[in-house]
Amino acid sequence: MAARRGGWARLCLLLAVAALAGLGAEAKNSEDVRCKCICPPYKDHSGHIYNKNVSQKDCDCLHVVEPMPVPGPDVEAYCLRCECKYEERSSVTIKVTIIIYLSILGLLLLYMVYLTLVEPILKRRLFGHSQLIQSDEDIGDHQPFANAHDVLARSRSRANVLNKVEYAQQRWKLQVQEQRKSVFDRHVVLS
Amino acid sequence: MVNAGDMNGSGNLMDFLDEPFPDVGTYEDFHTIDWLREKSRDTDRHRKITSRSKESVWEFIKSLLDAWSGWVVMLLIGLLAGTLAGVIDLAVDWMTDLKEGVCLSAFWYSHEQCCWTSNETTFDDRDKCPQWQKWSELLVSQSEGASAYILNYFLYILWALCFAFLAVSLVRVFAPYACGSGIPEIKTILSGFIIRGYLGKWTLLIKTVTLVLVVSSGLSLGKEGPLVHVACCCGNFFSSLFSKYSKNEGKRREVLSAAAAAGVSVAFGAPIGGVLFSLEEVSYYFPLKTLWRSFFAALVAAFTLRSINPFGNSRLVLFYVEYHTPWYMAELFPFILLGVFGGLWGTLFIRCNIAWCRRRKTTRLGKYPVLEVIVVTAVTAIIAYPNPYTRRSTSELISELFNDCGALESSQLCDYINDPNMTRPVDDIPDRPAGPGVYTAMWQLALALVFKIVVTIFTFGMKIPSGLFIPSMAVGAMAGRMVGIGVEQLAYHHHDWIVFRNWCRPGADCVTPGLYAMVGAAACLGGVTRMTVSLVVIMFELTGGLEYIVPLMAAAVTSKWVADAFGKEGIYEAHIHLNGYPFLDVKDEFTHRTLATDVMRPRRGEAPLSVLTQDSMTVEDVETLIKETDYNGFPVVVSRDSERLIGFAQRRELILAIKNARQRQDGVVSNSVVYFTEDPPELPPNSPHPLKLRRILNLSPFTVTDHTPMETVVDIFRKLGLRQCLVTRSGRLLGIITKKDVLRHMAQMANQDPESIMFN
Repeated sequence: MAARRGGWARLCLLLAVAALAGLGAEAKNSEDVRCKCICPPYKDHSGHIYNKNVSQKDCDCLHVVEPMPVPGPDVEAYCLRCECKYEERSSVTIKVTIIIYLSILGLLLLYMVYLTLVEPILKRRLFGHSQLIQSDEDIGDHQPFANAHDVLARSRSRANVLNKVEYAQQRWKLQVQEQRKSVFDRHVVLS
Repeated sequence: MVNAGDMNGSGNLMDFLDEPFPDVGTYEDFHTIDWLREKSRDTDRHRKITSRSKESVWEFIKSLLDAWSGWVVMLLIGLLAGTLAGVIDLAVDWMTDLKEGVCLSAFWYSHEQCCWTSNETTFDDRDKCPQWQKWSELLVSQSEGASAYILNYFLYILWALCFAFLAVSLVRVFAPYACGSGIPEIKTILSGFIIRGYLGKWTLLIKTVTLVLVVSSGLSLGKEGPLVHVACCCGNFFSSLFSKYSKNEGKRREVLSAAAAAGVSVAFGAPIGGVLFSLEEVSYYFPLKTLWRSFFAALVAAFTLRSINPFGNSRLVLFYVEYHTPWYMAELFPFILLGVFGGLWGTLFIRCNIAWCRRRKTTRLGKYPVLEVIVVTAVTAIIAYPNPYTRRSTSELISELFNDCGALESSQLCDYINDPNMTRPVDDIPDRPAGPGVYTAMWQLALALVFKIVVTIFTFGMKIPSGLFIPSMAVGAMAGRMVGIGVEQLAYHHHDWIVFRNWCRPGADCVTPGLYAMVGAAACLGGVTRMTVSLVVIMFELTGGLEYIVPLMAAAVTSKWVADAFGKEGIYEAHIHLNGYPFLDVKDEFTHRTLATDVMRPRRGEAPLSVLTQDSMTVEDVETLIKETDYNGFPVVVSRDSERLIGFAQRRELILAIKNARQRQDGVVSNSVVYFTEDPPELPPNSPHPLKLRRILNLSPFTVTDHTPMETVVDIFRKLGLRQCLVTRSGRLLGIITKKDVLRHMAQMANQDPESIMFN
């Protein structure tokens, strides 16, 4: 079925979902939590940014700003101007997501290169001269999947697994070709 | 939806003994479903399950599972939509920064994530850290100077072109239905239209992958509309796992309405706004049961996204606003001005974009989609790089414009002249005069505004996934921020004017330019899409409070009034009209005094109506009739003389029934008589076996008399979702009105081109 092709893609996406769901519950890396305090210039001290790994209830100026640049009586005035924020992230989630995304993109690109460039060359070499006589429809049709009709007709006779997959693939190619005609050529759907 | 009562297509108990025809009951591509039949089929199924549940424990459990399957589908949709939105956000974050540089310690970190753990960030240079290097630093080890700038510029354009080319190639090769925003087509699908493959698995995969690519390439488009399409694809996928939804197109559309709500909910972090958006903009029939389930799906999706935490700090959207400074009554005047601007911009955008899309459909421009995408990307990248406000991603721009300037902000927009002896705490800044940075920012913003207005017109509608919520909000936010800074400086320099005297004392912080940006964004979004309640709810869920609801409502209402003065259609309805989809809008009012007899076919001078008789046609006659005409259905009358109506038969079902009968039933030949009555007609002894087709006959087609006003007919079509309606006089069949005729008539009455309605 054409669904089988899409089924592989769906399987990959579901794996991604499972991976992310599992990772969301993982223990946090100690580097992934911090309290960030930004303190503006005060008198003759320049502005500074302080980071420290503390829990959320300890995230304020007195715990994070070390060493305190101003002497005792000025500490309160200095700390009033500082802004402290508790931030956390999940570096594992980011890493896994980007790597899964790039691998899916890479697979799609490889498949696209195969479909548009490699497959026509292979088929031309395999079937050779017998395909020189094309039907009127295929002349000028330089789009991918231009030979889907022929292969569909030919492969209907044999019935083992490999041919079933190929049959499903050809059906999917026909569907995409129809969609492409509606959208890109006749501009019937999707302006 | 109005309850149509008991409707069934089969006649008699004996008909159940006949062999059922396979494939009968499914619909062809680009046709409209029969809402009444789907509803009655669902009622039958439910009745069967309920009656069987009393038989045994296993049947009872099955009935419970059936009742709960709706909630399971919503849960799965919410999980998958939230996950996909999280993946998209993380990937966009990374790839957008890839255009400018790369993180050396771990290549998968964006700029902000790369500098997260570094200790070398200083107060003045908060973005710099040694692990993140721009391309010029990496390639030629220079970070300042003309050659570094030119190299960065060149690589920025190169990356943008690369992403856009990959996106359009993937769309073209794998899933051509993945282009565009998706909301006009989903609106049409939810009203009963069938577009096979539009919500398929390949469309889902390609739309997700290419959405990341096009948003990262810097084009002036957003991801909210495509996220609705992605969520509806998830909805379609999960509903195909349960036969309750996969076999019934009407029930499936309930699931799709809820999935659309989940899509908007993850796009904006606004579950309630998502449900209202689905109710107001996308759905056609929205029963109350769908309301509760949509809310559940939207909540699950928002919760899943929150647990993935793509932006850190458990935010769902990049431009979440946290301040609660008050606003004053006198500021309503600039808010209303922003509303007028939003309405005007909406009208301008809709007219220009539709004209450009029409040109793309009809002229040679449409033959070069890949080249068009590349050219637009190149122009966008070339013009966007020099201006720091357009160089960064549009979401970050909106985030900066929405944020108020505290004492610690380092952007140019907050370059006010601070009093060095000020001892107030951080969140109580008095009003200050603008520094030179603010003036620079103002004219840069003005240039960026003009650029965004122009380039979005050409970007929306290209053959890549594109949304327009974010660009509209960006345009509004820029205009609003400029107005806000203007009012703020006016208040600072002229405290004694009568308009400012009462509420703006010297030394007090009265004007918040960030609020003006939010109001401007809401106004522009409302002007383009003509959303009302859902817009206000989305905006106040974004701001986290009800404080700003009055300014937002004022701006939204004003922009809708101004925009409606120029044209009634929002951008999505305009695209539906452009493509000729058979969408009967519930918002259109039909106020003309025509009658059914003015619209029905056949008109005077046309060929008479093609009908089937109840028992005097042969199989060959029927096949000839089907072959010579391309009507979707035929009325069945008693005989050609009396013309009294019996029922209505669909073309597709006739074809399938005759084909199956020729293959399966013995004795059915071309001369066999076709009968639609319960008992076969009287036939001479040697005649071939007659063919009974009562099973496919709809015995209760909708009829109106010829003097029914068209107002009522349009109402019936809209409320019941009819595809055709028969016109009778004194019981005799006169003609037929199809949905296409109704749409053409409405277009004609509104002086539009009736030939633009393409589908039936």
